[in-house]
Order: sequence, then C-alpha cells, then structure tokens
Amino acid sequence: MRNKYSVFSLIKNALSYHENWQRAWKDPTPKKEYDAVIVGGGGHGLATAYYLAKKHNINNIAVVEKGWIGGGNTGRNTTIIRSNYLWDASAGLYDHALKIWESLSQELNYNVMFSQRGVMNLAHNLQDVRDLKRRTHANRLNGIDAVYLSTEEVKKFCPIINTSPDIRYPVLGGTLQRRAGTARHDAVAWGYARGADAMGVDIIQNCEVKGIKRNGDSVEGIETTKGFIKTKKVGVVAAGHSSVIANMAGLRLPLESKPLQALVSEPVKPIIDTVVMSNAVHAYVSQSDKGELVIGAGTDDYVSYTQKGSHQIVEGTLNAILELYPIFSRMRMLRQWGGIVDICPDASPILSKTSIKGLYFNCGWGTGGFKATPGSGDLFAHTIANDEPHKLNAAFNLNRFVSGDLVDEHGAAAVAH
Amino acid sequence: MFLINCPYCGERDQQEFKAGGEAHIERPKQPTELSDDEWAEYLFMRKNIKGVQFERWNHAHGCRKWFNMVRDTSNDEIKAIYKMGEKPPTQ
Repeated sequence: MRNKYSVFSLIKNALSYHENWQRAWKDPTPKKEYDAVIVGGGGHGLATAYYLAKKHNINNIAVVEKGWIGGGNTGRNTTIIRSNYLWDASAGLYDHALKIWESLSQELNYNVMFSQRGVMNLAHNLQDVRDLKRRTHANRLNGIDAVYLSTEEVKKFCPIINTSPDIRYPVLGGTLQRRAGTARHDAVAWGYARGADAMGVDIIQNCEVKGIKRNGDSVEGIETTKGFIKTKKVGVVAAGHSSVIANMAGLRLPLESKPLQALVSEPVKPIIDTVVMSNAVHAYVSQSDKGELVIGAGTDDYVSYTQKGSHQIVEGTLNAILELYPIFSRMRMLRQWGGIVDICPDASPILSKTSIKGLYFNCGWGTGGFKATPGSGDLFAHTIANDEPHKLNAAFNLNRFVSGDLVDEHGAAAVAH
Repeated sequence: MFLINCPYCGERDQQEFKAGGEAHIERPKQPTELSDDEWAEYLFMRKNIKGVQFERWNHAHGCRKWFNMVRDTSNDEIKAIYKMGEKPPTQ
C-alpha cells in the first residue's frame, strides 16, 4: 500500500530528516508475460500505463524504458500547456488534456505544479493578426477560452515586452488563453509512475527494446536487453525513436526525427508571470519557479538522433528574445540542450492501431507533446484496451496519410513547428 | 553544427545549407495508376534511419546547387558527398 502524501507525512518525515520516505515506485525484474507492454517510460507512456490500470482494469502491465523514466523529451521540454489549436480534432484532443491537467495533482496525490498563468501568442504582421483572430474565433466555437488582445492590452498583460512600433517585427496584437500555463515536467512522469506502480504496473528501467516478435500479423512479444517478454499488446510511445521501433516490426511511419533545443538562464527574481510565444520570430519564454527564464528554440531541418542542435538556431531565438525583451540583454544563459522530436508531415500526432494486430503507436507529437501528456495517455489507453480509438483520437489514425484526411496544424496552431 | 564539403564550393559552415530530406525517392513513373497506399508511401512514409542515411542537401546561401550526402544520423558524421545524378556509394 502506498503512503499518501500530505502535510502530516511531510511533518512526520521532517522529524526523521527525510531519510525514511517510502520508495515512490519499485524496481522489478521483468516477468515472463504481461497483458500489455508499453515501450517508453516518458510522461505519455507512464500515463498510458496509469490509465490502462485505472480505467480499463488491466493491471498486468510493464513499462519498459531504455534509460531512466522521464529522461527523454519529458525532461527536456519547456513545459508549456495550452489547447488553443485551430482545427476541431486538435481542439478536442488538447482541451481533453487541459481538463485533466486541472485536477491532476489531486488525482495523483502528487504535486505536478500546474500553474494556469496564461499563454499569450503574439502577432507581428497583418497575416499573423488575421490568423490569430481566426484561431480565437475557432477556439471559442469549440468552447476553448481565448481572447484577442490589442498592442496596448499585450503591454498591459506583460509590461516587459517592447511594443514600440519601430522594432524589426513590431507587436501588432496577440491572443491570450488564461487557462493555459505550465507544469513541472519531471513531477508529471514521477507522479504517473508512482500512481501506476501502486496499481501493480511494473516500471522496468534500463531495458531497451531490441526487437518485436510477430506471428504472422499479430504481436507475440518483445526482445529486450533484459530478455524476451511475452505479450499480445504492445503500445509504443517512443517519441524520437518511434521509427526505430517501427522498423523492428517491419512498419514505416511518416515521421522525421529532428533536434529541438531549449535553454535556461541564470535564476532571477520574478519578472515574467506568464508564458509568451511568438510564432513569426520563433521565440517563447516563461519563468520557472526557480527563477530561470525558460526559452524554447526551433528545430533543425535535418534528421538527427544526437540530442544536440545547431548553434545558429539558438542564436536566432536569442536575437528575437532580445528584440522583444530588451530588459534581458545582460542575462546569461546557464544551460542549453536538445531533444529528438518526431514530426509528422501535418504536425499532428498519431495515436493509432497499425496493420499488425496488438501493435499500437502513439507518436508524431513533434515539438508540442508535453501539454497533451494526460490526455494522450488516457486516449491511448482506451485505444489499446478496446482495440478501437476513442472518438477524440479517431482523427489521429495512421490511415489519414492514405486517405488524405490530414489534420494540418502546420502554421495554423499557435506556434511554428 | 558541422562543416559540409559542398562539391562545388568546398568546405562551408552548415548554416549556409538547407537539408532536403531523404534522397533517392523516385517519383512514380505512372502516377495515374498509383493506389492511395502507394501515394502515401511515396509522399509521406520515410525511413528516418538512426544510423547511415542518404539525403539531399542544398547550398542555399552559396551556389544554391543540390547534392547528395551520406550521413550517420546517430552522430552527425558525414560519410560521403556526391553530386546529383551520380550513383550513391555502395559502402
């Protein structure tokens, strides 16, 4: 039985110098057979296991992770959460996630530090203004909160933005989603891991998948560095390495894996209490609870699995940041890193069955998967348990690349991909 | 970031170049006879290899010519560069 975290447990453990906290999850050796195996122990994979156990009564599950949980893109993103997407299918998908975020800390009994500080998207040219107004209307028709702001209102909401008309890309307006915000990324992985473990899910770290065993058109199990694991259902949530796993099963995916970079500054006192994103100049910034500015850069245009990107990408982003926020001109950057993001041609994810029975893929989240973590896990668990997609992820099937029914969020969403 | 040896201009910084994706994807010879599955394969499906991959690059801020590259995507090491129309190196 898992001890509940509360103010009392905190006081009790403080008295023993925090040396007697119960382990949040076990470190099991893999069993011979599971009802379902999730490949990838990031936020999405752990959430999938959690909801499979919680809502679909499948408890004999393993999550296999080649490194440590939350060590991939879950630990590398800029933690922005929003649902202001243009198309109905995306709005349904991302707002489903946002609604779960709103009560996630209570549900998991784990503080994921979800902070609805608002996300503001800036317009820098007339086409941006038209696009953002159109998106605001589309959002409101889908029941998603969105308002369009004038330049003065942008300045009032975030006073450190340079709204002078003589900068290279002047701020002509913006949109604001107040329910949007940020969360603590590691806590999301740890909270789901602890919740899943409590329901009997085996979380197996340092266990890399080496092959997928098929019997004709059905899955029989997976070969791993810790031996063969028999299972009839495999859910792959491997982000940048999805194509590598697909290749083991003889499948091809419409993905390209590219480096995406982010960086943080030295910590300073609170200066920006919201998230500001700019599509046109590709700069987005927020401030962590530690005081660091968290800055997201763009992707490189070539395929790479190296988890490091090009210097000029970071340079371009920082040029834009300094033009918009002259107050940051003397800030020093402390750390910079890259993650490998799997990008679909239509910049929308894939949560889908495949041509192989018992093999499911949750991938293609590209540069914006973190925000969807709870919803993605919930819908993917539904898809695996019922062998049919939920109505909210039905549009995000693999077959859309054959039928042509794409969910084209390239440039239509709030930020460039 | 790495240096790329443009077959026309010589070694230049990677930021002068634009990546053009997977190489040697042949346009279907008889497009009218293609099924939807075959179109999807041609248009969208990619090898996305972790390891040695054949790809197209363009010297966008230089001679603006296209060429092919063999590159290991697991460490960004460039194995070979050859001009458009030339046969890809076998090893």
